[in-house]
Amino acid sequence: MIVRQLRPWSVAWNTPTNSFGQMRRDMESLLERLTGAAGEGPTSGVFPPMNVSEDRDHYYVRALIPGVDAAKLDVSVVHQTIAVSGTRQSPEEQGVSYHRKERAEGAFSRSVTLPESFDGARVDAKYVDGVLTLTLPKHEAAKPRRVTVQTS
Amino acid sequence: MATEQTQGLQAQGPRDIATTTEGTRPGVLLTPPVDIFEASEALTVLADMPGVKPGHLTIDLHEGVLTITGHTEPQQGSNEVAVVHEYPAGTFQRSFTLSEAIDQAQIQATLTHGVLRLRLPKAEQAKPRHIKIQSA
Repeated sequence: MIVRQLRPWSVAWNTPTNSFGQMRRDMESLLERLTGAAGEGPTSGVFPPMNVSEDRDHYYVRALIPGVDAAKLDVSVVHQTIAVSGTRQSPEEQGVSYHRKERAEGAFSRSVTLPESFDGARVDAKYVDGVLTLTLPKHEAAKPRRVTVQTS
Repeated sequence: MATEQTQGLQAQGPRDIATTTEGTRPGVLLTPPVDIFEASEALTVLADMPGVKPGHLTIDLHEGVLTITGHTEPQQGSNEVAVVHEYPAGTFQRSFTLSEAIDQAQIQATLTHGVLRLRLPKAEQAKPRHIKIQSA
């Protein structure tokens, strides 16, 4: 079993120092492209790669998890943290010999801590074309509000 | 037994060719990780292409070079602001050189949960055969 990465991981938010992280990822993907190393995603070693975005009412977490059974994906919510775990297993092939085996297999687990609380009871999860999309509704208190400035 | 089979394959199996083409689409060119395995009847290629819809996948066979290309759209809505960005949308592309031993007319492709499965059946003359040795 190959466990690509199994470690607690929390998202670093957009702070000035975080640009180093971005820079590191960019360099890694550039190196990968130059050396032609295949089999690693844009963030090598971390599985699944995730994008997190937000609009006024929701957070969206998208993870690239190709080739798993949706029923075997486990999504759990604790406070502001959302965790995705599962196992990716290729079907057992009988009597074959492998020439290449680049696709990672095994158990994976990853969690993301969001900066604001969200309504854990109304999280929506969809798995389409190998992409898991989680829609997390923000709590009313976490939504931006317009405050009218009054003049006396 | 396995050794012999494998060696025969390596000589004529699909092989990577260095990407000499440049992408014409805007966006990132991504290399999908692949598994390639062989059974007595066929070679199978599995490629991870998450986010590619069946309509956005092309499989091209030209002069013995099989190229798989899958295009992904950005999933982020227009009102959304990225908070953490780890993977880009782009084009998955990879090429393999097919040997004569593949029955090119019988190639089958399926795309399930972002994984492309290509079945490349061997041509009749490439299937393993037992040769009896006759004693004098």
